[in-house]
Amino acid sequence: MSTQTGHIDAAGKKMGMWFFVFTEILFFGGMFLLYSIFRYKYSQDFHNAAAEENILLGTVNTAILLTSSLCIALSISAIRRGERFFSSWLQLVTIVMGVAFLVIKYFEWMAKIDIGIYPDSPILLKMASGEILFFGLYYVMTGLHGLHVLVGCVVIAFMMRFTMKQTINRGNVARLENTGLYWHFVDIVWIYLYPLFYLIT
Amino acid sequence: MKDSSGETRIIATRIYAVVWLALLALLAATLAVARLQLLARYSVLGSLLIATVKAGLVLAFFMHLKYEGRFLKGLLILTLSALSLFIGLTFIDVWYR
Repeated sequence: MSTQTGHIDAAGKKMGMWFFVFTEILFFGGMFLLYSIFRYKYSQDFHNAAAEENILLGTVNTAILLTSSLCIALSISAIRRGERFFSSWLQLVTIVMGVAFLVIKYFEWMAKIDIGIYPDSPILLKMASGEILFFGLYYVMTGLHGLHVLVGCVVIAFMMRFTMKQTINRGNVARLENTGLYWHFVDIVWIYLYPLFYLIT
Repeated sequence: MKDSSGETRIIATRIYAVVWLALLALLAATLAVARLQLLARYSVLGSLLIATVKAGLVLAFFMHLKYEGRFLKGLLILTLSALSLFIGLTFIDVWYR
């Protein structure tokens, strides 16, 4: 918060954001815990079910998110150098990549739903219990991650507006930096989801 | 972000680019390890190790953790330790039940 002297407590804002990231680590951590226990108990079922995943789309989506992280990081450097337009352009590219990620995710989900694999579907319920768990965790974990990507896109859109209005500027970057921290965290969650659901077969 | 000298640090574009290329190289590596079954029975361990290196690069450079003080680093270690403890204790329960 700004005080009467106009001082901006960037360190405090950053610390607050990190605390939020820590709660998010524990939030996703609970699901990773479930995944590892069920994977241990039903390793063969998880192995069979993971073969259903589209490795190409998963890999492309990983590359997209890694690149989007680069863009938001560069947008922060740009605003620190006072390059307002370049910074907001990089933020726009980040949003476009986030949306591309979600569109690819949509096609992945639809491909599964088309062959009758969705929670509580008759086809899924006939599968082995470990496979039911695998797809249940797949939908919950990628769904909650996708929700985080969607929220991130909306937040970055606000940051673009602030950057253009110059309420985010080279002397006041905290909001954009915190948005970056959030976006990188979402990237890290995907870095672990990718091998766990797509690669480990 | 301030470094120890109190100056605002702008990480060079070159460093970000190198980190990004390293991340893409690790993505290719983890794909190769999984598809070609290079590590055979250690493939799960290998994939998770590569993921952890990727996460570490994102944390250190994109999230600037490399340039942060001990307090923040300590808090992150505390969080990850708590998570490891939860997972470890749950596995002990599953193994010896």
